[in-house]
Amino acid sequence: MNRYTVAVLVRNQFGVLNRVTSMFRRRQFNISALTVSETESSEFSRITVVFDGEETYKQQLINQLYKLPDVCSIKEFTADNSISCELLLIKLQNDPATRDDIRTAAEAFGAVTVDYSKDSIMLRLTDDSRKIDDFINLMRDYQILEICRTGSVSLEKGSTTIRHIINF
Amino acid sequence: MLLSGADILVRTLIEQGCDTVFGYPGGQILNVYESLYKYQDEINHILTAHEQGAAHAADGYARTTGKVGVVISTSGPGATNLVTGIATAHLDSIPMVAICGNVPTNQIGTDSFQEIDITGITLPITKHNYFVGSVEQLADTVREAFTLAKSGRPGPVLIDIPKDVQMAQCEYTPAPPAEAEEPRAAKEVRIKEAAECINEAKRPFIYFGGGIVAANAQSEMLELAEKIDAPVGCSMMGLSAVATDHPRFLGMQGMHGHYASSMAMHKADVIIALGVRFNDRVTGNRSKFAVGTKIVHIDVDGSELSKTVSAVCGLRGDVKVTLQNLLPLIEKSEKPDWCERVNQLRKKENDNLDDREGMTPRRAILTLNRYLGENTAVCTDVGQHQMWSAQNLVFRTPRRFVSSGGLGTMGFGLGAAIGAAFGTGERSVLVTGDGSFGMCLNELATAATYNIPVVILIMNNGVLGMVRQWQTLFFDKHYSNSILDRKTDFVSLARAFGADGEAVSTPEQLDEALKKAFAQSGPYVIDCAIDKDEFVFPMLPPGGSMDDIIIKAGG
Repeated sequence: MNRYTVAVLVRNQFGVLNRVTSMFRRRQFNISALTVSETESSEFSRITVVFDGEETYKQQLINQLYKLPDVCSIKEFTADNSISCELLLIKLQNDPATRDDIRTAAEAFGAVTVDYSKDSIMLRLTDDSRKIDDFINLMRDYQILEICRTGSVSLEKGSTTIRHIINF
Repeated sequence: MLLSGADILVRTLIEQGCDTVFGYPGGQILNVYESLYKYQDEINHILTAHEQGAAHAADGYARTTGKVGVVISTSGPGATNLVTGIATAHLDSIPMVAICGNVPTNQIGTDSFQEIDITGITLPITKHNYFVGSVEQLADTVREAFTLAKSGRPGPVLIDIPKDVQMAQCEYTPAPPAEAEEPRAAKEVRIKEAAECINEAKRPFIYFGGGIVAANAQSEMLELAEKIDAPVGCSMMGLSAVATDHPRFLGMQGMHGHYASSMAMHKADVIIALGVRFNDRVTGNRSKFAVGTKIVHIDVDGSELSKTVSAVCGLRGDVKVTLQNLLPLIEKSEKPDWCERVNQLRKKENDNLDDREGMTPRRAILTLNRYLGENTAVCTDVGQHQMWSAQNLVFRTPRRFVSSGGLGTMGFGLGAAIGAAFGTGERSVLVTGDGSFGMCLNELATAATYNIPVVILIMNNGVLGMVRQWQTLFFDKHYSNSILDRKTDFVSLARAFGADGEAVSTPEQLDEALKKAFAQSGPYVIDCAIDKDEFVFPMLPPGGSMDDIIIKAGG
């Protein structure tokens, strides 16, 4: 089982996310994380998909994506050729007994306090998904009230862009 | 020129070379029907009894002509009635454009009368679909839909047009018919790999499907077969692409395929799969399928490569152009041992042919064969009669066998036969069962009204034969809900619809009835009695491999 990250450039049209996710559902592709946003051109949206599976599973997922007319290009990322990161917001119980430990851990991970009240602390962390997993695991020792994470976004290193890929 | 959306739609259809559409009017598509009235000298609309029949007719038209079939319906139930027809076309990769009306844009999402989210419903059964939000987008959307429907692996495309968009006006600029995307060959490196693999083959087998028909690649395929001295077999969707009597052709293979064809594929060391997928009906138990056999697979749809059965060499590209590039790299060779082995398989098949006297299913189809012209399209429904037809019909011309392969839609045949008659401009034939025919026999009204020459041969055994066959073999003869025992008199029914027909129960009567049927100017129903315990053989039992083929009853 491997973890794959695939970026998909799609026509920025009404319902396009539905077309992509509906295909995943229909063919029972299990997705770990998915992000979508408009790109440098309003003509296109970019979907980043993270999923686990074997090589054939990945190939089938990519092949099925290519069949959607709204899909313009697809880029598969590896840790070597790309930069990936995601954003985490985590809300913890503000307890005098654990407050300092939380703060130390946050500092070590580079998480920033974005909200502070008598009963709660909210931290923000931007890093790759593994680091975020680690940080959440560390925080499990304390009282986690709420977690929200965005899923990974990725860009290829260097000057090549997803729009340079010829799709055949 | 300034035109309404409805006029633009019809003008664009005409511009795309569409001269025949099938459909059914209703509230939210009335403006389009007004335009069809206006342009009736340029475009012919066929009114069916039900939208499903219209969709199947558009499908039958597309299968027999290779053109894009067009079906029109209103919103809501009109649109949902198309769903089975669209899904049938989708599973068999048939180019179709379905056009639905919808409630005005300001009422969308409010659960208005006859409002349905048809783009949502058809998302998984279309290549793509469109909701046309403004009249300015309409003409180009229709053009794009035609291009998509016929490009690459063909398929259905749906266009949902709200009523206000049909009514709104905008400038219309005529354009030439949309072209399919340029067919592209597979990558050169892959073609070289494939050539190496094929050149090393000792026992090659060419397995083809509907993709050969869609790409019109019969001659390239047969050239390859000659060059490497290989037998050729097909999936059901490939039938009629190669003449039945072609010396290299072993017929359909798979669950109810020809013994020699199935076994030759099983014994091959290299399977060359052309425009075909490895459906479960073809492979049987996948873990026992083609073990140790190398598969070279050429398909225009890359997602078919190694989808269910892994190919050592997968070539994504148009099968015709790819074969043209592949052929020069193929060495000519003779394989007498392999040919001899294939001939033995053929002999075994011929020795086991069902040549019983009396009104057997095979005899019924063989009798029908005598009446088929070079250009006669034969349509079927789904079940035993479909397999008997696929096994025993004689084909001489491509696109003349029309049958629901992927979805297996009972009720497909009559609509399709109507579409096929319009497509070929000739008499068409429907071979059906009493179960299938019962599903959509309302289209007899259409055939009678338009006086369409359709010969309808009902293989009537009073049961759901294929269900019964399985219940006999695998469910201890518990005939749960498969005995129809209906009181329907199909001949009287035909007359009630304004057609004619007769009932037969011997081969001689059938022969006479067919003679009469093929002389009619309109539809003719032959209710042909078949024993309820006739089985389809050979049969690959569920979960079995080719070694488990049951060749004939008791054997």
